[in-house]
Amino acid sequence: MRVVIDGKEYEFDREMTILEAARQVGVHIPTLCYHPAVESIGACRMCVVEIEGSPKLFTACTTKIKDGMVVKTNTERVRRARKINTELLLSVHPNDCMTCDANGHCALQDLAYQFQIKESRWGTRLRNLPIDDSHPLIMRDLNKCIQCQLCVRVCDEVQQMSIYSMVNRGADSLPQPGLTDKLGESDCVSCGACATVCPVGAIVEKPAIGKARWWEVKKVKTTCPYCGVGCQLDVYYDPKKNEIVRIYASEEDVEINDGVLTCVKGKFGYEYTMSKDRLTKPLIKKNGKFVEATWDEALDYAAERILEIKKKYGPDAIGVLSSAKCTNEENYLMQKLARAVIGTNNVDHCARLCHASTVTGLAITLGSAAMTNNLMDIMKAEVIFIIGANPTENHPVYGTRIKRAVRKYGAKLIVADPRKIELAKMAHIHLQHRPGTDTALLLGMMKVIIDEKLYDEEFIKERTVGFEKVVEKVNEVDLDEVEKITGVSKEKIVEAARMYAKAERAAILYAMGITQHVSGTENVASLANLAMMTGNVGKEGAGVNPLRGQNNVQGACDLGALPNVYPGYQKVEDPEVRKKFESFWGVELPPKAGMALTDMFLSPDKIKAMIIMAENPVVSDPDSKRVEEFLKNLEFYLSIEIFMNESNQYADVILPAASAFEKDGTFTNTERRIIRVRKVLEAPGQAKPDWWIIKELAKRLGYNMEYSHPSEIMEEIRQITPIYAGVTYERIEKKGLQWPVRDLEHPGTPILHVGRFNFPDGKGRFVPVEFKPPKELPDEEYPFYLTTGRMLYHFHTGTMTRRVKGINKIVGKAYMEISPQDAEKLGIKDEDVVRVTSRRGSILIHAKITDRMQPGVVFIPFHFAEARANILTGEFLDPKARIPEFKVAAVKIEKVEGVKEVEPPEYVKKHS
Amino acid sequence: MEEKFGVPKDPSYLIKALQHIQEEKGYISMKDALDVAEYLDVPLSKVYGVATFYEQFRLKPRGKYIIRVCQGTACHVKGGKTLLDFLKDFLGIGVGETTDDCLFTIERVACLGACALAPAVEINGKIYGKMNPDKLRDIIIEIKEAEKNAKSCKPV
Repeated sequence: MRVVIDGKEYEFDREMTILEAARQVGVHIPTLCYHPAVESIGACRMCVVEIEGSPKLFTACTTKIKDGMVVKTNTERVRRARKINTELLLSVHPNDCMTCDANGHCALQDLAYQFQIKESRWGTRLRNLPIDDSHPLIMRDLNKCIQCQLCVRVCDEVQQMSIYSMVNRGADSLPQPGLTDKLGESDCVSCGACATVCPVGAIVEKPAIGKARWWEVKKVKTTCPYCGVGCQLDVYYDPKKNEIVRIYASEEDVEINDGVLTCVKGKFGYEYTMSKDRLTKPLIKKNGKFVEATWDEALDYAAERILEIKKKYGPDAIGVLSSAKCTNEENYLMQKLARAVIGTNNVDHCARLCHASTVTGLAITLGSAAMTNNLMDIMKAEVIFIIGANPTENHPVYGTRIKRAVRKYGAKLIVADPRKIELAKMAHIHLQHRPGTDTALLLGMMKVIIDEKLYDEEFIKERTVGFEKVVEKVNEVDLDEVEKITGVSKEKIVEAARMYAKAERAAILYAMGITQHVSGTENVASLANLAMMTGNVGKEGAGVNPLRGQNNVQGACDLGALPNVYPGYQKVEDPEVRKKFESFWGVELPPKAGMALTDMFLSPDKIKAMIIMAENPVVSDPDSKRVEEFLKNLEFYLSIEIFMNESNQYADVILPAASAFEKDGTFTNTERRIIRVRKVLEAPGQAKPDWWIIKELAKRLGYNMEYSHPSEIMEEIRQITPIYAGVTYERIEKKGLQWPVRDLEHPGTPILHVGRFNFPDGKGRFVPVEFKPPKELPDEEYPFYLTTGRMLYHFHTGTMTRRVKGINKIVGKAYMEISPQDAEKLGIKDEDVVRVTSRRGSILIHAKITDRMQPGVVFIPFHFAEARANILTGEFLDPKARIPEFKVAAVKIEKVEGVKEVEPPEYVKKHS
Repeated sequence: MEEKFGVPKDPSYLIKALQHIQEEKGYISMKDALDVAEYLDVPLSKVYGVATFYEQFRLKPRGKYIIRVCQGTACHVKGGKTLLDFLKDFLGIGVGETTDDCLFTIERVACLGACALAPAVEINGKIYGKMNPDKLRDIIIEIKEAEKNAKSCKPV
């Protein structure tokens, strides 16, 4: 298509709007109501242009280019129309740029300046509306609203919450949440997208108010430090004060966060990094008290103690906990420290607690332990089957995409979850099974598929082995029995099985509802079986997709922070592999796989010292009273941390680390995409990046590590890790790459297992499984199922999100979800304090009555230190994956009289 | 098929459902709006948007007597504005509002179609023509007298 824009002819190869075309060739057309992430509506009339041969003006954002079109974007007539529109807007707009937070970043201000409008020719008549101050994180002043409807559209189309609607008519119509006009009283999930897209100062981020003017801030693009989605963020910070002022989604990365979305944690959860509680100096415990030390003193002392213990008990008496919150480079160095420097394979990290069974379950079936497809791919699925995952809370930005796939692209949704989670409410089928009965449910579905011959014969024959073994097992399954075990009616199971199997493209998404069981490996393998028998692997809109919990849990696994594999899942116990690493690192390496972290904590007789980086096991690990004892009794405990927490109070040395906003590196998100983490702020006091700390410690333990920047570590990783072989900082500067990236020319792998599985013969393996009930079931004494997990506003053990004032205002207290039926039976009212007791211990917590819960089941998020859910959970481990059964324990519940409040820890109060 | 609010469970019936509620209760309460949103699977904000877009819907209780003051061209020329101002002043409420005793609600309309009788006022469907503030006051006092013994203050 040839189009003339302002007298110059251009060639375009696809259909697009005049606005897109103009922007592509560098012609500026002003807009107010346009945003690339939402549909254009041509409401503001600011982008009007002339088209030769047509008498009227056209909105460039909604008019498509045509071959031979002659467009004029800047004629006298166009300028006059834009000026009048600007004046009309200014006729109701307060002239208070002096204190407005959008000053310097305001589309209306820019236009007023361009047209030199001091005052509207019609004078000014303000709306005189009250300011909506009801939301702890978002401030709305609709006196400044220009009625562009971007907030309404982004909330409707992208975030899929539809909190706002244009209310009233004509000149009075304004975006309001129903029915009270108060955002704080609505169902708003605080993602802040409305504030991100507001082109003026009508909706702004409350924590940013008064912090810095737009021209005082600088921008750095980095990766969100929270969940595994890996949202790309533009962080605006004030270099003079070394403070983050606000965070927007980066517009460049449509694949990850749609160029516009964040969740509440990504947008507002940065305050922790500037907290006064940050550790700023190395600390050594002397006579039971922490004393400040220099880096040399602390590192020398730590090295001396580690060497002493190694000498006394051997290297396997030392355990190393790496961290899914740290970068790939740091995880690589940490496992290298354990293996090449200390000489033990006792290195693990919190993937043990979240997706260890994904690693075991997928490795034996598909051959690769990762999400088979990518985040964008879900839009192409015909059927989406979500089991044991709550994406709208735990992977919120991806959760919105699932909603879009269903509402906009017509995907059918099956949700299997003991709780009526948000997505269950919009699901076509909700299988509300009992906790811990996933394998039974999946076997039931497979039974239907096999009986009704809904499987993909050709795929099974061409691409897999072992189907007959699964058929044998499934033939033993009785659907009536399945109904009894799961509590889900036979009809629903049949309906779900047919819906899933008959789809051309059906995607499975799962998370910790599947993995955190004694049968975690079986659960995961069942999903792989289900996907393979229906031919749903290795193609678009399908796959088996584990949603990884933390920002870099994928990367920490990839880089070998696991006791049985080196970087790139190369087996420790394979002599060839070991030889390769021995010669690469120049040392002899221990031949046997090490201990999983759950086993280390269960072996006080074997483990005498621990190095723990960015972990808080006292809150995050099962049967946590016992974990506390274990840490207390260690001969030496080295903590590398950004805060004091419930665990490292027992440490002997604490080394202050830089946060994710204070260092360079890479994370690997849940879709296997290796993305850059960039330094925004200077670390406080003497805090140092973890990679620096590890390298300094290694030197003192007798192994020379020389790196001046994490890019040099990636260069080393690349040489020894085949799936990362093509990754360099230059290549991922603009956009991340998805592993395997086999060499420097390899474009990355958006979908795994296309054409072949990751086994020598290229065939997927069916693994027959049997239903195995949870270890601890409710009985007379402990009549309730306890299931634990996460919630939208908080992250992990709360050390980060509970240092964010606005978030604490929204969710400040520990709570337990309970069904209305059970609450009535126990005489419990909302907010009442109850005592929850298991065989391991007891906690006090507030009750939250909700019909999300089925009778007989209660849910406690594990983020709250004052009411640790993990005091209650048991150390019941999956025999292969060594993952604990966080999802099922038996508890009893009693109403507590006389206690009104379960007080949060001091640090939370300080940040409230 | 399930029916509630006089309509099937289909988002496209939102306006009908709101009309149904209003016919039964005289206005759409917060609870009704929430119920209708839940039943039709429509976001609450969209219910709000529709309910405020159309003149016919009320989100607040209305009085037993709806006084509609015509502001059409003929009535405007003959003093419709004076009538409205008087009424607001006399009842102590604004347009769209209801008196504390739930007796009266004032509404402004563009044209009652009774131009020959301008200025016109309509009370519960009955047209009162060639009005002035004095006449209007007498009518209202008469109604108040008649309703003296009405006990409860319940919106219709």
